[in-house]
Amino acid sequence: MIKAKDLVKDFGPRRAVNGVSFEVEKGTVLGFLGPNGAGKTTTIRMVAGFLPPTEGTIHVKGIDVANDPVTAQKSIGYMPETTPLYEDMTVSGFLRFLAEVRGFRGTERNNRVDYAIERCFLQPVRNQTVDTLSKGYRQRTCLAQTLLHDPDILLLDEPTEGLDPNQKQVVREMIKEMAAERVVMLSTHVLEEVEAICTRAIIISAGKVVADDTPAALKTRSTQYNAVTLSAKGKDIVPTLEKLPNIGKVQSLENGKILAFPEKGQSIAAEILGAAQQHKWTVSDIKVDEGRLDDVFRQITATEDTKKKEVA
Amino acid sequence: MNESASHVFAVAKREWRAYFDSPVAYVFIIIFLMLAGFFTFSLAQFYEARQADLNGFFQWHPWLYMILVPAVAMRLWAEERRSGTIELLFTVSVTPLQALLGKFAAAWLFMLLALALTFTVPLTAVYLGSPDIGAIWSGYLGSGLLAGAYVAAGMFTSALTRNQVISFILAVVIGLFLILAGYPPVTDLLARWAPMWLVDGVASFSFMPHYEALQRGVIDLRDLVYFASVMVFMLFATQVVLKNKVGR
Repeated sequence: MIKAKDLVKDFGPRRAVNGVSFEVEKGTVLGFLGPNGAGKTTTIRMVAGFLPPTEGTIHVKGIDVANDPVTAQKSIGYMPETTPLYEDMTVSGFLRFLAEVRGFRGTERNNRVDYAIERCFLQPVRNQTVDTLSKGYRQRTCLAQTLLHDPDILLLDEPTEGLDPNQKQVVREMIKEMAAERVVMLSTHVLEEVEAICTRAIIISAGKVVADDTPAALKTRSTQYNAVTLSAKGKDIVPTLEKLPNIGKVQSLENGKILAFPEKGQSIAAEILGAAQQHKWTVSDIKVDEGRLDDVFRQITATEDTKKKEVA
Repeated sequence: MNESASHVFAVAKREWRAYFDSPVAYVFIIIFLMLAGFFTFSLAQFYEARQADLNGFFQWHPWLYMILVPAVAMRLWAEERRSGTIELLFTVSVTPLQALLGKFAAAWLFMLLALALTFTVPLTAVYLGSPDIGAIWSGYLGSGLLAGAYVAAGMFTSALTRNQVISFILAVVIGLFLILAGYPPVTDLLARWAPMWLVDGVASFSFMPHYEALQRGVIDLRDLVYFASVMVFMLFATQVVLKNKVGR
């Protein structure tokens, strides 16, 4: 439903986005990750039709966004990063205005507004003016606005930024529910969020896509992936483990536990358990690491940073 | 209602309500009426002049608008840009042209409402004497058009910046220029070194000859075209600014 090809965006001499391409199909929750200033917001703004790309094209349901933003925007619900709202309006007045702009009148308009209010749990503040809202309610008011016209595509720029853990949970549940029949593209730098709700993650750094995969597959790139933490008593555990064929580095941790890394990401738990049986160690606990996204994130984006420094 | 018109209407309605949801509308209307009354009855000595016409009323409008209209218009785009709501507005299928027409309509209608509330002045004149009713209507027509031209200029300066104070000052300066362009001290200053065609060219930008003609009761198509073209030019300039500046 979204097809971006070779997107480039220059702001004066600065290139914010440098050749980003991706395609997203229905049912996907795409997490758009990257360090601050990597070009996440700029890319989303281009998809939303707010900024025209310097080069490249974006098609939303087959419509070229730069050529015909008005039509493309009919299938898009967009929540900007700064959650802009008209401060002097009430929550329901604000939503009524946007419903009218989206072309709804009378009862239809009121129903749409009621639906969005209910969906985003805004009933307690519906008659409050926007400038009196807490951060969480502001966020949700801006999110509610994206649902008024039941769009096929939701673009959410940092939807849970600044929310407390409970509110985050609520918003995530909502996004998950909405995703089934739609495309949701959200930017974030909260990695647990990607694990919790995204079916696909794109990492961008310095304006380029540096990784594009499912969160689970990305985690396998972590050095921690399949590492085994072992709590055991016995003789010469560390030297014995080091000699096993598929095991790379072995560390003794401060709490008495032993951490063993696989050579090439293979599963090594069976081997370790085998060795434990053979040497009669008493194993009290064994844990296999699934890999960590933040680890991968740092690995990928840090190398990009160093590359940049080398070029400079 | 087709889609473009409904977008214009929705934006206009929001802007209109924004004036009345805050104290801006009430403060503005009260100050406008007080100043209009003060200029007419005290400075222009409406009663003492013992003439049943409204020159003393209308002659102050260009000056009054010069200060007050920028205050009404400065918010229109500067606020959208400062608070970022422009990003919302331009990603919900509204085009810059539709949005600016809606905002312009709301601000102009607001000025026309304020102007309409001065109805007690012509009523006073009618009560005290027998003024030329036609001249009063054409005076109101001229004042309404003048207000529209100021609103368009104010909206243009509002689109230039996200700072409302800068927008206000620029709009006052443009207003001052449009008043004074044909004023002898200014044309004399120019005439010392500029060729005559330039002096005439600058002078023809001025509001005043067109406005004064309407004030005298002369409705000339050329004067109407003049005001319409000032508005169209300013709206067009606003659109160019919006297309080039937004989000960049």
